[in-house]
Amino acid sequence: MKLIMAIIKPFKLDEVREALSSLGIAGMTVSEVKGFGRQKGQTEIYRGAEYTTNMVPKIKVEVVCDDALAPRVVESIQQAANSGAIGDGKIFVLDVGQAVRIRTGETGETAL
Amino acid sequence: MTFARKLTGAAMAMGLSLFAALPAWAQEEAPKIDPGDTAWMMTSTVLVLAMILPGLALFYGGLVRGKNMLSTMTQIGAVAALAMLVWVMWGYTMAFGEGGNAFVGGFGKLFMAGVTPDSVSGTIPEYVFASFQMTFAAITVALVLGGTVERIKFSAVMVFALVWLTLVYFPIAHMVWSSGGLFFEMGALDFAGGTVVHINAGVSALVAALILGKRKGYPAEPMPPHSLTLTMVGTGLLWVGWFGFNAGSALAANGTASLAMINTFVATASAGLFWMITERVMGHKGSALGFCSGIIAGLVAVTPAAGNSGPFGAIVLGGVASVVCFFFVSKVKPALGYDDSLDAFGIHGVGGIIGAIGTGIVYAPSLGGPGATDYAMGGQLVTQVSAVLATIVMSTIGTAIAIYIAKAVTGLRVDKEVEQEGLDLGEHGERAYN
Repeated sequence: MKLIMAIIKPFKLDEVREALSSLGIAGMTVSEVKGFGRQKGQTEIYRGAEYTTNMVPKIKVEVVCDDALAPRVVESIQQAANSGAIGDGKIFVLDVGQAVRIRTGETGETAL
Repeated sequence: MTFARKLTGAAMAMGLSLFAALPAWAQEEAPKIDPGDTAWMMTSTVLVLAMILPGLALFYGGLVRGKNMLSTMTQIGAVAALAMLVWVMWGYTMAFGEGGNAFVGGFGKLFMAGVTPDSVSGTIPEYVFASFQMTFAAITVALVLGGTVERIKFSAVMVFALVWLTLVYFPIAHMVWSSGGLFFEMGALDFAGGTVVHINAGVSALVAALILGKRKGYPAEPMPPHSLTLTMVGTGLLWVGWFGFNAGSALAANGTASLAMINTFVATASAGLFWMITERVMGHKGSALGFCSGIIAGLVAVTPAAGNSGPFGAIVLGGVASVVCFFFVSKVKPALGYDDSLDAFGIHGVGGIIGAIGTGIVYAPSLGGPGATDYAMGGQLVTQVSAVLATIVMSTIGTAIAIYIAKAVTGLRVDKEVEQEGLDLGEHGERAYN
């Protein structure tokens, strides 16, 4: 099993979700996160007090799937989240040791 | 029986002769309550309350960091409540008691002594007049807190308010609004309290902020407003409530109140837009906070001019005050380096001074003002400037005394840890947002 963790632009979430649903992905976890990379932050100004915010708001999507599906999941996230501009985000793939469905106690890929 | 009849007859004759003498005396000494004026003044009074809670509490609350939201709003509410109690105990008589001298009223109305539901002030019941003026004391002391929030102890705020109202507010209110008061007799024009409320609060906030010192991390650490949404809501409530403040200061539902009303619309509208225009001219984006700041600057500037200006004079006054306040808070304050947290001085002090002096100009009939045709602008401007300077001196000295008393009694400033964690938790044991 693989954990696919994607950091994407917030407005791309719906497209990514639709792309993954069409692959048969039945669940995901989404969080609002902040970070920085090559994309520049924003300048805010309040009554002359100027602040540069380095941290840009992003969405983190986490999906666990079986090993065979992982390359297609990565590919469809890469395509759906792509706007061609700096700051589109990154995708990381990690190995997952175990998965357990809490309600039934099922383990491994049947728990996904 | 006959004797009793004779006695009654004599008494009636005496009574009748007394009555015959009554009408001339009654017209002078027993003015009638006007129901229309009274209804308007009762409405105005609660409108000014709405300026404080929730208006000012939201306006200031939105401007602080989220960890100090409840502290800011609670300080405002609590000093306003304290001002109301102090007002009926000794404030009203110090400001408006009969007798007294140029600086303070007589002490005959301590604890509202002698005031009854039948007492009349002008054309309204005296209780209504006293309540209306009470709300002015309450908002003025709350405005001062704009210079001190995010670091002053709650207990220090309460001690400060008690001393400051007694030493500064009540005497200045007497000097400006009570016959026999220094500025009143000088003929200073201050329709709704530009000197008493705004210059006074602004200067006091500056002095208090200087003695208190900067917030930890100011100005290096970012301290952006935590909710400009709430600040915008508060701004709206302040504007609405300000009609009670300004048009209510006519103390009647009459033509002067109507002039104050239209001026409170147009000066404010002008100032809100002029602040945003200035931002654009200076190469920034027109901002929500800029709009709100302009609105307040305009309201402050039109306060002394509300019934003393034509509508176009008010538009110009609002615009000028807005532009000057913009440069003051965004250029002069950073250059001087003091930490007036929410710009109580930069907007209320500076806007108030421009309004007070500008009132001497826009009062002129040639500029559409209500002044007489022989209005002498030069002399009036000297009077206006003298009143401003005297207010600054009194506010400065009185605030310094009040802050040092608060420091001696309470320690004045919260611990470093409380300041870092936020005053909501440290001073009140609550969080604004859970």
